[in-house]
Amino acid sequence: MLTVEKLSFYYDPDRMILKNISFSLETQDILCLLGPNGTGKTTLLRCLLALNKMKSGRIEIDGYDLTKANIKKRAEMMAYVPQATVMAFPYEAREIVLMGRVTHLASGGRATKEDWKQVDEAMEKLGIRHMSRALFNEMSGGERQMILIARALVQQAKILVMDEPTANLDYSNQVKMLQVIKDLAEQGYSILMTSHFPDHAFLACNRAVLMRDGYIMSQGLPEDIVNTENLTKLYGTPVCVTEAKLNYQDRTIKVCVPVMN
Amino acid sequence: MKIRSNDYFKLKILLLVFLTLALFFASFIIGRYTITMKTVIDIILAQFFDIPQYWDTTLNTVILQVRLPRIMLAIMIGGALSVAGASYQTLFKNPMVSPDILGVSAGAGFGAALAMINNSTWWEIQVVAFIFGIIAVTAAYLIAHMFGDSTITVLILAGIVVSSLFQALISIVKTLADTENELPSITFWLMGSLGKGTMNDVYMMLPTLIISLGMIYFFRNQINTLAVGEDEAITMGVNVPLVKMVVVVSSTLMTVAAVSICGIIGWVGLIVPHIARMITGANYSKIVVTSFLIGGAFLLIIDDIIRGVEGVELPLGVLTALVGTPVFVFLLSRVKKGWT
Repeated sequence: MLTVEKLSFYYDPDRMILKNISFSLETQDILCLLGPNGTGKTTLLRCLLALNKMKSGRIEIDGYDLTKANIKKRAEMMAYVPQATVMAFPYEAREIVLMGRVTHLASGGRATKEDWKQVDEAMEKLGIRHMSRALFNEMSGGERQMILIARALVQQAKILVMDEPTANLDYSNQVKMLQVIKDLAEQGYSILMTSHFPDHAFLACNRAVLMRDGYIMSQGLPEDIVNTENLTKLYGTPVCVTEAKLNYQDRTIKVCVPVMN
Repeated sequence: MKIRSNDYFKLKILLLVFLTLALFFASFIIGRYTITMKTVIDIILAQFFDIPQYWDTTLNTVILQVRLPRIMLAIMIGGALSVAGASYQTLFKNPMVSPDILGVSAGAGFGAALAMINNSTWWEIQVVAFIFGIIAVTAAYLIAHMFGDSTITVLILAGIVVSSLFQALISIVKTLADTENELPSITFWLMGSLGKGTMNDVYMMLPTLIISLGMIYFFRNQINTLAVGEDEAITMGVNVPLVKMVVVVSSTLMTVAAVSICGIIGWVGLIVPHIARMITGANYSKIVVTSFLIGGAFLLIIDDIIRGVEGVELPLGVLTALVGTPVFVFLLSRVKKGWT
């Protein structure tokens, strides 16, 4: 569905930020982009979203060259879920969600019943309909993150690009978020997310990309590539990938643990 | 059930329209000539219908050539400054921003002062003020583009720089001005007044105002998305450079048109958008309408106070600050939860 080929980006030609990045994302895929801070994960997302202009390479969606698409067309194919921040003004949650409809509105026109219906449906789907009239700034981090996902859904793009959707969330909210991401993939969305938790690759993702210093170190199934050796190399510090046995369910899951000397 | 500020939008707008209309007519009876409400309405209707004249002919001049333009200008200028303020606050994601953030007032002030020490006519003063207001904002915009990718912070900084430059130039002109006539008139101009407004000013401002408001209203949903930040607006498919341009050009045109007619009027563009948010919620698509009506009514009330005080013509810009500051403190106590 989404194909990225030999994408490169730099501010200064002597210091490449992204080097020959190639990967692809199929329908219903959940791709987890792992890597240390400052390795270019966010820059890669920004290149995909046309917030940074890539220097060379190709981005295609279903064979359609994305560099030829205007901003509106791109927004119809790809939606962005940023990390939640607070706003300068007291907006209601549903008004933030409605913003995702902006390019679907008639020029100079206002939101119709249909637009509001989609807002309600998206919030219903994520289980946050009861908060639609709450003030965005008064919500918790996890709730705000859900609102931003709802906003991406009403945009009606099939690819969701999420910048650390589980950052700053507690365990319960992390699990809730991963469950939502899995559900969305089952409904036909393709998801590209960055994360600082390699465990999440096992919990929710079917593809992992390990990025270091602007190039892709390894990519493939999480079971294959997220291992002690790769993670230790990726983060430059000892990381142990081991198995935890859940006694009450009689199954084992893989976990990643950083090791201190 | 708690009533939220976002509910009953149409009803609230309707009430505000009625309030503004009521103030519009009531404002005619304020002033040195005592006139009854009935006479006022008859004089206005006599322009359109055949009504036998039972009043003194001087009243025609008082109502139609003195009070009518002044009242209309108060509404237009109050509304224009408020919409410009609301737009800039949303664009800059900053509740402390006012319409002259990019240096438009200082520029226009310098232009007016320059024209005044060159014995210009009132008409020439307005034109020069208008031109320098535009020059100031253009300079701020170009400086911001020269450095960095014209981020919001750079744009605000450029505005501050240009403002300071023109403030300094105003001071130079003031020291050069003769202290008999020129200096008082410059000082008075900088404090703002609607006293010199005529129907010609109304006709001059109306096209600028309609075009600017029209552009802003047309793009209101796009401007609204700027409240979450430019990058996020781009990912939602909004043509941010275009929308930003619309905000800056329209706000500048409206503000400079207002300032060149009535001098510098502070506070209106800063506090009215906050009053609007209290009444109809933070959504820009809504406060663009609410701000205009409240701003118009607000400035009209203040100008009515000025006209109502016998013997002395208080400067408009001073009174807006006098009324504006306590209102602002009240607002702070009401909406502190919404701000961070």
